[in-house]
Amino acid sequence: MEKKTVFQLKSLYRDALRVTGFTFGSGEKSACVVGALRGNEVQQLYTCSQLVKALKEIEAQGKLVPGKSVLVVPCVNSASMNIRKRFWPTDNTDINRMFPGYSLGETTQRIAAGLFEEIKDYKNGIQFASFYVPGVFVPHVRIMKTGWENAEKAKEFGLPYILLRQPRPYDTTTLNYNWQVWESDAFSVYAGTTDTIDRNDVTLAVNAVLNFLRKENIITGTRHIHEGYISEVIDEGDLMNIQSHTSGIIDAFLSPGANVARGQTLAQVLDPYDGSVREQLTAPTDGVIFFAQEDPLTYAGSCVYKLIR
Amino acid sequence: MIKTVTRIDLPVDEELSILKNRVSSGEGPRVSVVTGTHGDELEGQAVCFEVNRRIGEHPEYLRGTVDLYPALNPLGIDSITRGIPGFDLDMNRIFPGAEDGVMTETIAARIVNDIRGSDVCVDIHASNIFLREIPQIRINTVTADTLVPLAMYMNVDFIWIHAASTVLESTLAYALNSVGTPCLVAEMGVGMRITPEYTRQLADGIFCLMRKLGAWTGPVIEPRAPIVSADGKVSFLNAGASGIFLPQVEHTRRVLPGDRIGDIVDPLTGKVSERVYSPCAGMVFTLREYPVVDEGSLIARILEV
Repeated sequence: MEKKTVFQLKSLYRDALRVTGFTFGSGEKSACVVGALRGNEVQQLYTCSQLVKALKEIEAQGKLVPGKSVLVVPCVNSASMNIRKRFWPTDNTDINRMFPGYSLGETTQRIAAGLFEEIKDYKNGIQFASFYVPGVFVPHVRIMKTGWENAEKAKEFGLPYILLRQPRPYDTTTLNYNWQVWESDAFSVYAGTTDTIDRNDVTLAVNAVLNFLRKENIITGTRHIHEGYISEVIDEGDLMNIQSHTSGIIDAFLSPGANVARGQTLAQVLDPYDGSVREQLTAPTDGVIFFAQEDPLTYAGSCVYKLIR
Repeated sequence: MIKTVTRIDLPVDEELSILKNRVSSGEGPRVSVVTGTHGDELEGQAVCFEVNRRIGEHPEYLRGTVDLYPALNPLGIDSITRGIPGFDLDMNRIFPGAEDGVMTETIAARIVNDIRGSDVCVDIHASNIFLREIPQIRINTVTADTLVPLAMYMNVDFIWIHAASTVLESTLAYALNSVGTPCLVAEMGVGMRITPEYTRQLADGIFCLMRKLGAWTGPVIEPRAPIVSADGKVSFLNAGASGIFLPQVEHTRRVLPGDRIGDIVDPLTGKVSERVYSPCAGMVFTLREYPVVDEGSLIARILEV
């Protein structure tokens, strides 16, 4: 393993921002894994740390396939993480809206450019991603439908679902999208929380990447881990949003992965002062909870669940 | 007449209302003036007030309708927050919204629906807290043919026709122009402040445009002739080092190649980390206002003239 600084940016009074990468093996750039791009992605950072730990062990056992290399970048934005901020400390911009970056541009464009220069030539790009709404998804791999997407390969992660997303205008500046444009097969892995650590989902995400690396013949084996699921491919358009129509305190009963029957009560919106029920949310169809929001306050129109029909 | 564009309950005992003031003399063109999408941009507050005041002083000159929307993001303005507080979201990246979407998308859709049908909309922005801007109209290349002729009446110094960007497809202006409502984006001044001379300048421009459209019969000034530029004539100067920026030129000043724009200094060591020079002859239409800079922070934009 080689530890190196992938990109560095000096600050006025703070320590420099150092984006650190861990390279395993040498030769073909086979896979790159990126963790926290935002300052609150602690789960994603921790997942990467456990992947680095696992890969060190695999390397020590001689189970890296010769002539192939894996780069893991656990954290791109330690400057925000250390002050508990999601976006860039000064101008509040999002590094994951700056790709492919511009080395002569604004600060976060430079960070994106410096990172992307190092990672753009990898055959497979994997990002541990997070959603902007507080909540939890069923573990899945997300791929943008750019025309170059590779859903079959995504099955090698062995996560329960593969979600195909039609890119919106703002997606065109994300890491995932640009990896695909630069001809990497790009996968965003969603597993667990963001601000807090869910150890079960960390294990699931690490195992998913190790299964992928093994099936791609980048590593030859691991300690015994679960083989994973037979993934189901779904289109984002197949998801049904279950929205509250009133605001208040939300009492949501179900977790991601739960099966629901048509007519089943899924949540209640309560008056925050007297606890009376303002609204009952029921399942309009049979399905599986794909996403459950975690914010105890809900706004009218908020997506409380996403349901796989 | 004060009208409610949309009203939505917040979780705890508060209604969020987007309000507009409709001033009308009956038949005639409809002009919408909107601002306050970013809660830290306040220059438009004074412009709304000034347009309101002048119409109130001479209602006999009005031929048609003026809709004034001073606060598209009231939660942001009242809490000194650029985005939509609670959502950590840039409101100008969620248009055209969706009626059946989440709360912010519903609000965005209702705003577009309310403004839609105006003969023209002026969307006033005030840069951000970091940069000071000369009064200008920004126009996407795809709408230049329609909008530049209207922008010529806005009494601004500069019309910046910039390249199309997919990210900008989520703005209010793009959404309105897409549904056939011409929308001019005005940028001027600096965030969290009001620049009185720019207030008067843009308000004068709005009345010039109203007069051109037949919505105002009162006297107006002769609008100043703006420089119209495409992307190629604008130079960007970004910081090469982190530090404290001390400007050496005044905003709007003309500079020559090699003129000093300012220094980035290190107060701890007393050394100059970088001297920033102009690469061209032109006018400094954007200048760094906020002194602390990171490597890459925008220091100035120079319009080559």
